[in-house]
Amino acid sequence: MKMIRICCGTGCLANGSALVAEEFEKLIAASGADVQVEYATKRTGCLGLCEDGPIVTIMPDDICYYHVRPKDCEAILNQIMLGEPPIERLLYKDDQGQRVTSQSENPFYKQQIKIALRNVGVIDPVSIDDYIEAGGYEALKKATTMTPEEILTEVETSGIRGRGGAGFPTGRKWRTATSYDVFPKYVVCNGDEGDPGAFMDGSVLDGDPHSVLEGMAICALAIGAKEGFLYIRDEYATAVKHVRKAIADAEGRGILGDSIMGTDKELHLSVVRGGGAFVCGESTALMQSIEGKVGEPRAKYIRSVQRGLWDHPTVLNNVETLANIPYIIKYGGEYFASIGTEGSKGTKVFAMVGKVRRTGLVEIPMGATLRTLIFDIGGGIQNDRPFKAVQTGGPSGGCIPESMLDLPVDFDTLKEYGAMMGSGGMIVMDDRSCMVEVARYYIQFLCGESCGKCTPCREGLKQMLAILTDICEGRGRMEDLDLLEDICETMKDSSLCALGKSAPNPVLTTLKYFRSEYEAHIKEHRCPAGVCTNLTKFAIDPEVCKACGACKRACPTGAVSGEPKVAHAIDQAKCISCGSCREACRFDAVLTKGRDDL
Amino acid sequence: MEISMDEVNRILHEYPKEQRYCLAIMQDIQHVFNYIPKEAMKALSDYLECPLSSLYSMATFYKALSLKPKGKHIIKLCDGTACHIRGSNTLVRGVERELNISPGETSEDGMFSLELVNCLGSCAMAPVMVVDGQYYGKMTMEKIPEILAKYREEVPAQ
Repeated sequence: MKMIRICCGTGCLANGSALVAEEFEKLIAASGADVQVEYATKRTGCLGLCEDGPIVTIMPDDICYYHVRPKDCEAILNQIMLGEPPIERLLYKDDQGQRVTSQSENPFYKQQIKIALRNVGVIDPVSIDDYIEAGGYEALKKATTMTPEEILTEVETSGIRGRGGAGFPTGRKWRTATSYDVFPKYVVCNGDEGDPGAFMDGSVLDGDPHSVLEGMAICALAIGAKEGFLYIRDEYATAVKHVRKAIADAEGRGILGDSIMGTDKELHLSVVRGGGAFVCGESTALMQSIEGKVGEPRAKYIRSVQRGLWDHPTVLNNVETLANIPYIIKYGGEYFASIGTEGSKGTKVFAMVGKVRRTGLVEIPMGATLRTLIFDIGGGIQNDRPFKAVQTGGPSGGCIPESMLDLPVDFDTLKEYGAMMGSGGMIVMDDRSCMVEVARYYIQFLCGESCGKCTPCREGLKQMLAILTDICEGRGRMEDLDLLEDICETMKDSSLCALGKSAPNPVLTTLKYFRSEYEAHIKEHRCPAGVCTNLTKFAIDPEVCKACGACKRACPTGAVSGEPKVAHAIDQAKCISCGSCREACRFDAVLTKGRDDL
Repeated sequence: MEISMDEVNRILHEYPKEQRYCLAIMQDIQHVFNYIPKEAMKALSDYLECPLSSLYSMATFYKALSLKPKGKHIIKLCDGTACHIRGSNTLVRGVERELNISPGETSEDGMFSLELVNCLGSCAMAPVMVVDGQYYGKMTMEKIPEILAKYREEVPAQ
């Protein structure tokens, strides 16, 4: 049987993959072929290479087509039915310009090892049968024959650390929960992926919900929990839908619910939709939110593993961590520990976005370098522009310059340099990204998301935002930089939760590695990247301009004038410094100038 | 808009009278009415026997909840980091110019609400604009008037 897998992850769906799936289904039905026997289609979760979606995979032929439109479906079906060679124009063109047929030949996938994402993009997320066929729930079955102690030992041996960002050893967390003789205990999955520019957890929940449920069930067996919650961002509508269906299906099969696979242990899981507050990704705030309260964190002199939900022992694990658990139980902790580095075992999923050529979801063993990620897998910078920085760890992380690209990515190394691996967000920036503005962006984000309970975070962020805005708009003073550093230190030392403690990272790292950009804004009233509109003017270099008219068409205010074959010019009175002309120009003829230059 | 108390009561009675369901109930009300009407807040307060002030604190804390009615069409501009560095701030200004509203506001004719959202997970298509659930990827300023005009026209003249 030929299986046509259509990627229906968020990126591909937004690019119209649902229409592609419908077209295939319609054509197969019309062909009179015996559906289910000869040809079948499957809508899967995210395959990762969102940049080139919608992606269609033909199995068992192992052909991978990209940028598939509904009008291509007929040709693809004909190719499969007649056994013709793959359609060249829909295959991936690798870095040497060669068309490659299978997914594993694609440079994006070559170095990836998929553990957390093992089923994402392969199985139909709404079919429990598909999950079971792929080996799902075998680990849980095995766990039911193990004692809690054996499960704990296996997880500890694996060395897995929490994928949410903090990197706390998962096995130790579980063991601590067993040490309290207070019942009921709870298991909670943190799917409140609020880090802007990251969608790893959403993809797992969306594309392979059962693996997370299986991980939770194994945890429940180990710690003796009977009830669990999955706290999922409400914005992830399909993830919520898929997880709810997965719970119902698993209960229907007697895998979860009143009895975990026929044992005398029970586990009732339910979904709690997040309310759109970044701080609710923090463990104590998240638990407040599940209790139906405002999501404010509390001081953690008593850990939530001792007193969490309704003051009972609660294990909170991240989505990706839980998705790894069945793999660890199935293949053994020792095998898992053989992947990765000394201190960071296993793989890590990254959402690599921004100005990188191959945007998408990547899973690689811990310890790979940033250069491998961005240049080998990501294919380097879009339009061959120069690399400037990579921001890791979201609003709690830092910006890393080119000189540090050969650092291994794991829990500990980046921390030494003021950044962090975090939950896996990775934003690549080129010379047209302003580092001051990026810092301002994160502080503005955090300012809106700070719950306001503790003063250093609430007031510190507000003042930092005011200072950074001043710098971006040309009112900065050199002494502001010292003041920024002062505020950062205070926030780090005295904020109540991780949001405030880590909030200074984007500011501190940009100050450390890109200080000259701050100085250009303040002293020269110039934004080197040409992003801060108050400090930027654009001009067209008549020597370079080919008078193609691209900038004129892109300009929203009609500020560009020029005829064919006559170099174009920008009317500064009409120009709003949006940069549309510079983006549109293929010849680099649009020059970036400072506020006082023209 | 007339608030159907039947609808509000239907939502309330889908949940047990426990505080843990407070956020979920408010989200459902938000989904149906596009905001949380005062009448619904009072009904919820009676139902859960919970002071109105704490419901108000919930409604103002969670970004998904709104106490003000939203427009007929919801424009979501993604300002996640990927969209941001690919120029979403320019798009914000573009929509502001077009509709004369800032993020969080609704146009005077009640047609459009503009929201800045954090990340829609479609970073490959950045910058992204979503109108009523329809995605527009690789957005530029010049595409904005055209797209918004489409939604204006769809509504039959009153």
